[in-house]
Amino acid sequence: MTPSWNLVADLRDLWSYPFMVNAFRAGTIVAVLAGAMGWFMVLRRQSFAGHTLAVVGFPGAAGATLLGVAATFGYFAFCVAAALVIAALPFGAGGHGQESAVTGTVQAFALACGFLFVALYKGFLSGMNTMLFGSFLGVTTTQVVVLLVIAAAALAVLTLIGRPLLFASIDPDVAAARGVPVRALSVVFLVLLGCAAAEASQITGTLLVFALLVMPAATAQALTANPRWSLPLTIVIGLAATWLGLGVSYYTSGPLGFYVTTFAFGGYAITRLAGLARFAGLTARGAA
Amino acid sequence: MSLRQGERAVGGDSPPPARPPDAAIRLRGAAVRLRGAAVRLGGRTVWSGVDLTVGAGEFVALLGPNGAGKSTLVKVLLGLLPLTAGEISVLGARPGRGNHRVGYLPQRRSFDAALRIRGVDVVRLGLDGDRWGVPLPAFLAPRARRRAAEDRIAEVIDLVGATAYAARPIGALSGGEQQRLLIAQALVRRPDLLLLDEPLDSLDLPNQSAVAALVARICRSERVSVVMVAHDVNPILGYLDRVAYLAHGGAATGTPEEVITGATLSRLYDTPIEVLRTSDGRLVVVGQPEAPARHTDRHGGDPRGDTR
Ligand SMILES: Nc1ncnc2c1ncn2[C@@H]1O[C@H](COP(=O)(O)OP(=O)(O)O)[C@@H](O)[C@H]1O
Ligand SMILES: [Mg+2]
Repeated sequence: MTPSWNLVADLRDLWSYPFMVNAFRAGTIVAVLAGAMGWFMVLRRQSFAGHTLAVVGFPGAAGATLLGVAATFGYFAFCVAAALVIAALPFGAGGHGQESAVTGTVQAFALACGFLFVALYKGFLSGMNTMLFGSFLGVTTTQVVVLLVIAAAALAVLTLIGRPLLFASIDPDVAAARGVPVRALSVVFLVLLGCAAAEASQITGTLLVFALLVMPAATAQALTANPRWSLPLTIVIGLAATWLGLGVSYYTSGPLGFYVTTFAFGGYAITRLAGLARFAGLTARGAA
Repeated sequence: MSLRQGERAVGGDSPPPARPPDAAIRLRGAAVRLRGAAVRLGGRTVWSGVDLTVGAGEFVALLGPNGAGKSTLVKVLLGLLPLTAGEISVLGARPGRGNHRVGYLPQRRSFDAALRIRGVDVVRLGLDGDRWGVPLPAFLAPRARRRAAEDRIAEVIDLVGATAYAARPIGALSGGEQQRLLIAQALVRRPDLLLLDEPLDSLDLPNQSAVAALVARICRSERVSVVMVAHDVNPILGYLDRVAYLAHGGAATGTPEEVITGATLSRLYDTPIEVLRTSDGRLVVVGQPEAPARHTDRHGGDPRGDTR
């Protein structure tokens, strides 16, 4: 498979395979959901919680496969359950990283359980790679529908709570005094984040969810501090990384998780370097 | 209580302008009224028997050593903590009822240096942050309403003198700049009562007097009642209508000339304190225990964590 370097022809080529069409559909849905949730997650400094939720998805998916259920249900069940558990911890919903010891412990145990399930299900090693590092193969139409329905529901809830959630995220004390239900919003947000982590896991794999959850938001927020721009920009960057990753992965037969992560990382690195260069330029001019 | 404009014993940098004529009318509905109030937290009575009245448009300082329960009193006024005894009314109603008319600035709040949200966005959250939904894209929002909101935000940012840096990310601003924007956030809905919990806490001396003067000016020009928690009374001494001290589980309230005496302060703080008069007639409190040095003007790490 070699690209013709004619974009239209290449896309037609890519989309002539139903599995590729499904991969693009799934990738698009996931990039939008993960971008929107990731934008809030980065503002709330809950990246560690997001990563934990994704890691818990791995034993979920492996366990579902072991039981003969579609892995996608395992991801959602375990990620959302983990979100509720973290929210129930006395300090969990607030974020700010105090929970690191507990969640770190849980992360390690979740990975170990996933590995056990994989081992119990003999001859399943490529499946483990897919779960940990992502793949564009084998996205079923049912899976796309499930991803779409859950993403649409999660985004609808996010639209409903968006502004108070932003208030509670950056200014919880004042928001609470204004009658914003800060604690309840934290719980709802963790559940939404669980959905996003479960979806992102199915594209980038459990261990590379940050490619879609953190990197686009971090890049967009480095580019602009205006939320009216940085939130849409996050989604655009996530979509670009996903599409580029899918295309390159298809033509090189390389690992999808690697390419999506690399494109997302490339965007972030260029943004930060450009920021540094501008800062250096300003300093130099200031000194002159 | 009455306003003792003529009896003001404490001179200020600039004498406050004459009271607006309707001040007497507004006074009838005191902004805050506490009678025999008590609070228990974790099985311990923080304070009890507290009487406090804040008249409309008054600037009242809430002073006292660390742990005396000043922040607790502010949370009671917001309806976030219940009284265990006594009576309370805030803006003529149960506390918490009128919080849309209360501007609140919590203690020791500064933003993570990496937080990428502009100052103007933080101020805007004070205006509409509690409304469900998300802001509509500009071309869909009702034009008149959007204009009114933007004008009000620009106006209040101008009032606190933050126009020059309001569009910068708030985490990149100095403590004084952040504090001004937070005061703008508290003011943006034209509150009748401002509750400021140690707003001078993390500021250097010039910023302390500048922010104190700003709050006093706003108190007069916007006719808003102000309760300011302070550790050091000197920066605000010239502007105060009333002083309330919390110490030893109780409170002493009065006009500055009644309360700010060496004898009263020494008793309240359990340490010798002198009140001196400078050559230009201002009072200076000497020997007041210093607030522990816990902040610099610029912040690193995640200072939000230590307030929860
Ligand atoms: N949630 C709580 N549970 C138990 N005790 C508390 C709580 N919050 C504050 N306290 C105690 O109440 C006292 C008053 O606290 P605070 O109002 O913060 O004092 P101040 O603001 O005057 O420094 C302190 O002794 C503090 O330890
Ligand atoms: Mg306090």
